[in-house]
Order: sequence, then C-alpha cells, then structure tokens
Amino acid sequence: MPDGDTGNVLEVRDLRTVFQTRGGEVHAVNSVSFEVKPGELLGVVGESGSGKSVTMMSLVGLLPSPPAEVREGRVLLAGEDLLRVTPARLREVRGGEVGFIFQDPMTSLNPVFTVGYQIMEPIRRHMGLGKKQARERAVELLELVGIPSARDRLSDYPHQFSGGMRQRVMIAMALACDPKVLIADEPTTALDVTIQAQILEIVADLRARLGMAIVWITHDLGVIAGIADRVLVMYGGQVVEQAPVHPLFNDPRHPYTRALLRTIPTVTGARAEKLEVIEGQPPILGAAPTACPFRDRCPLVFDRCHAENPAREVVAPEHDVACFHPSARSGTGGAS
Amino acid sequence: MKPLVEVRDLKMHFPIHAGLLRRKVGAVKAVDGVTFSIMEGETLGLVGESGCGKSTCGRAVLRLYDITAGEIVIDGQEIGSVPQGKLRALRPTMQMVFQDPQASLNPRMTVGSIIAEPLDEHTDLSKAEKRERVAELMDRVGLNRAFLNRYPHEFSGGQRQRIGIARALALNPRFIVCDEPIAALDVSIQAQVVNLLEELQDSLGLTYLFISHDLSMVRHIADRVAVMYLGKVVELAPRDDLYDRPLHPYTEALLSAVPEPDPAKAGQTRERIVLQGDVPSPANPPEGCNFCTRCPRVMDVCRRIDPEFREVAPGRFAACHLHDERYQGAGPTA
Repeated sequence: MPDGDTGNVLEVRDLRTVFQTRGGEVHAVNSVSFEVKPGELLGVVGESGSGKSVTMMSLVGLLPSPPAEVREGRVLLAGEDLLRVTPARLREVRGGEVGFIFQDPMTSLNPVFTVGYQIMEPIRRHMGLGKKQARERAVELLELVGIPSARDRLSDYPHQFSGGMRQRVMIAMALACDPKVLIADEPTTALDVTIQAQILEIVADLRARLGMAIVWITHDLGVIAGIADRVLVMYGGQVVEQAPVHPLFNDPRHPYTRALLRTIPTVTGARAEKLEVIEGQPPILGAAPTACPFRDRCPLVFDRCHAENPAREVVAPEHDVACFHPSARSGTGGAS
Repeated sequence: MKPLVEVRDLKMHFPIHAGLLRRKVGAVKAVDGVTFSIMEGETLGLVGESGCGKSTCGRAVLRLYDITAGEIVIDGQEIGSVPQGKLRALRPTMQMVFQDPQASLNPRMTVGSIIAEPLDEHTDLSKAEKRERVAELMDRVGLNRAFLNRYPHEFSGGQRQRIGIARALALNPRFIVCDEPIAALDVSIQAQVVNLLEELQDSLGLTYLFISHDLSMVRHIADRVAVMYLGKVVELAPRDDLYDRPLHPYTEALLSAVPEPDPAKAGQTRERIVLQGDVPSPANPPEGCNFCTRCPRVMDVCRRIDPEFREVAPGRFAACHLHDERYQGAGPTA
C-alpha cells in the first residue's frame, strides 16, 4: 500500500500493542489495519477485551508506557506517521487534529475546573486565541451541542451537569479545534437510551454540518446500524471483518459476526423462544496469535483454524474477512 | 394462577438532612406509590432509566430497606411491617441476584463457601450434605464442580454471575429479584446468563422480578412488563401488548429510542421520539404528572393533576390522562 496520497485522513497499518504485566505479556492489539476516509463514520464493534479502545488509544499515544508498548505499525494522519513524531508534535495532534470523546463523562472531566475553562484550554493551546475570543468560541461550541443558556453555564462545574449534558460538554471539547478525525470511545454506553438518542441526533447533525471523519467505538450493534457508514468487527485483538454497514448486517461473513448478530434480541419483530448463545469465553491474549482467535467458540472450526491465523481477505467489494471457512468467501450460511 | 407477590402502594423515601443540626429538610422519593403483583412462575420485567427507582423498588420488595409505607405480601405472608430480626426466618423463600458479580461476592471466600453460606445460616445440614448440595448447585448453573475451592477473581464475569445465581438458589427460594443481572456482562455472555435463568425458571418453577434497563432483553425474558419513571410505575402490561402498542407516551418514547440492529430498518419502523431534557430530581418532582416536563403530548391537566395508575384495558395499567375519557379532546398544548 503506498504511503500518503490515498485520500484517507487516517491510515493504520499493522498496529501491534503489547502490555507488560506481572503475569507476562498481553497482546492486546495484533496487526490491526484500517483506514478512515474524509467525512466517514467508521464503527468499531467488539466485546470488552477485544482491543477496540487500546487500538484507538495507541494511535495518539494515550496509553501509559510502561506497561503499554506499541511494538510495530504505522499510523498515518494525512501522511504523517504519528508513532514516529516528537512528543511536542503529538501534543499538538491530540485535541487539535484528533479529537477524543471518552466513555465516562464524569471521570474524563476535571471536577475542580469549570466547564468553560476546560473547553477554552484546548482552544487557547491549539488555536492560539486570546481569552476573550476563546470564550466566544466556547459559547459557540456549547450552543452547537445543544446546551441551553450556554454563556451562563461556562462558569459551572462538571458536577452541576447531568450525565447527558456532560457528554455534550465532552463532545464540545473534542470539536473545539475542528479536528480532522474524531475518535469516540463508547460515548453513549454510560447513558440511558433516551439520552443516547439525543446524543446520536447531535452527532448526526454535527457530521452533516462539519463533515469530519468519526471513529465510533461501541459494543452496541443497534447504535452502529443507525449511524455508521462502514464497520470494523474486532475479536481477540484483531480485525476479523470489515464491511460497509449494509453488507455487514445483511450478509455477515465471519462466524463471530454472524453469531453476534443472532444473539441480540430486539424490541420489534418475532421473539425467539430461546436466545442464541456463543458458547465459551473470549480468549486470553497471552502471546502473539498463531491460530484463529475465535477457534474455541466457532461452530465451523476445522483443522486449519488451529494451525494458522487467517489473514484478512477481500470477499466482496470493500468487504474483507479473516476466516478460512469456504462460507466466508461464498456468503452461504449468512442467510439468517 | 394466584399471585405470589403482591405489592400495594409501596413507598421508599430517603430523608435529606441539612444544616448545622442535620434537620430533615426533604426526602428523595425514590419509590413513590408502586403497586403490582407477580403471579406464580411468572417473570415481571421492571424497566426504566437510571435513577428512576427500579433497583430501590426491587430491594424494598425484599425488605432490604425499612420501607416508608405500603404493603408487601410474598407467598401469603405480609412482610412490609415485619421487623428485620423476624424477617431472617422468612428470607429463604426470597432471594436476590445482584448487578455487579464482582462486588457481590466476597473475594476472600472460596466459591464453595460462598454458595454454602446460606446453608450455614438457615439449615442444619451436615458438612457432607452441604458439600453435596453445593456440588449439585454448581452443576445446575453450569459451573465445573472441580472449581469448588477457587476464588471469585479466578472466574470471568459470566461465571461469577453464575456463582451469584447458585447462591440465590441454595435455599430453594420461590421468588428471586434479579437486579440488572446482565448489565455488567458482554453481549455474547448476556445471552448465556439469560438462558440459564429461563431454564432454572422452567425446572424449578421460580418467580422473577427482573430489573433491567435493556428493553430488548426484558422483551425476551419477561411475561409482563412494568415501566417506571421517577419513582412511579407509569405502565404495566403483558409483554406483547406493551411492545406493540404502548399506551403511555413515556413507554412510547423509550421504545423508539432503542436503536434497531438493522441498518435497513433504522429510523423507518418507528418514528423516533427524542425526549428533550433530563429526568427531574426525585427530591423535587414536578407538580401533576411526573412526566409532564418532557412529555411530547402534554395537556394542561397534566401540569395540575397527577394521573391515577389504573386499569385502562383488561390487564393493561397506565397512569396517563390521555387514557381518561374526562380529558379527551383537550388536545395537546405543548
């Protein structure tokens, strides 16, 4: 794959992150590659421990090192490799070109500073605006994410906001410097469904107006179906399937994706007598993978799965899968 | 079928103390007049957003709190006013499965002793009999007997929840309150635990109060569903009626907010109703209907009179003026 001019805002190649723990190494991210196109919303799904968050935090060096160590890979933000830039440059990128929204809005806001101060901080740091201009920009941002009487609320502290409001503040902060890429790590998981619906509306609206690329991490397939353009499915620290949203839901090729789609009950349609389950537990990532990570839980497992780790192969336009089974290529068996 | 659990006008208010003398200045009305009954062998789902009082309600039904007012009858025994000391003897019939399997298991006890603890408390079985019972329970919930002497941290989240379920089953209870038993688990593990709960219900004839914020999972497991908002049950109906034709505007909004895991259907099957604003504080609920501050179909009367929780159609209960003939045709005034 050529560097630079591919039209992608973000390109990640063979990223590998390892944690050193007392009990040995944990290979949390194994050869993850993906790209984000301008204005696109890329959904990343997977269970906890599948490496979704660690992948995204590795991109901009947010993991404490030690214990974390990014062993290999390239992270190209508009052609510039973020794993090889100086710490000073990385600080410019974080919050500037790459915005981050974290899962828990309570713990990611500083309780001893006002919300206004926290929003103005990146604006002044990255855009070099004065206090007064930064203040105006902060008001503008809070209005953008739908916080009523924004000007008065700048001097409030995080605890004076409700959960949904705090998440809006987080979004405002992430948007402060017009990022090229916004990484949202389970931004609605800690929120109630009615508040989640509000946040999803805001994000859809902001995308239409600002046109930045978004990487949206979640384990909720319902959310993904509603907002994503393209989806990455992660399992055991690897990308097992990647496809645009419609093919992924209508014609999933990886046994894990298929099983995942069958296990979730819905609020409409026929109600199954019994829920489908994926037997067993997610793998423990003690060493670099030498075989398919899903083999112990896979209904279609055969000899080759125990011997080799499948590479991602293109099976349809823009659709790739890491699976040896013939049904992954032909698409039969995905008719459910 | 007769009701196993009957709850009438249950109230659980937590006092707020303030000032130098810590005088009582108000109360958080976590549960404010809740009435429902659960038939034998039935699962009643209790859903609502965080802070609506569903967990408090579940705990109050088992008298883990001293309730403010109301009547609770479990298996013919009125327990609402029984002092805590005497309740102990009644506990074997009613058990609880907690939300966080990490926090509800003592990290210094082995799995065997955790499951045997209720037996130590309430029975005089011999050591050998207890060991036999524990092994039987572990089989029942799908845990390997060989793990008897392991500690909770050696298990995964789903397995820990199985330990909690085994402990709840130890005394052959008839009624189990499941307080968000799957909220802390991954999707693929959630289905395993829900299936286990259903199997146990079928084989042991258990009655569940299943508390959850996950509407799709409740649709799967519950026979009837109660929707709570700000300390009150706003709607109670058989599962299919509630999901197909919700009567209360809050239920409607809640259902429409659940994202559909199908991109083709997203935003088509149901008009998405996005509620504005946040849930008011239970310490200071609005006048009239609790939902009037966010209701898309609010009428003048809603801001004055609190709607009564009553049967609006056979088997379907709702607390909403929209289903009261007296206020029909008043029209929305938003």
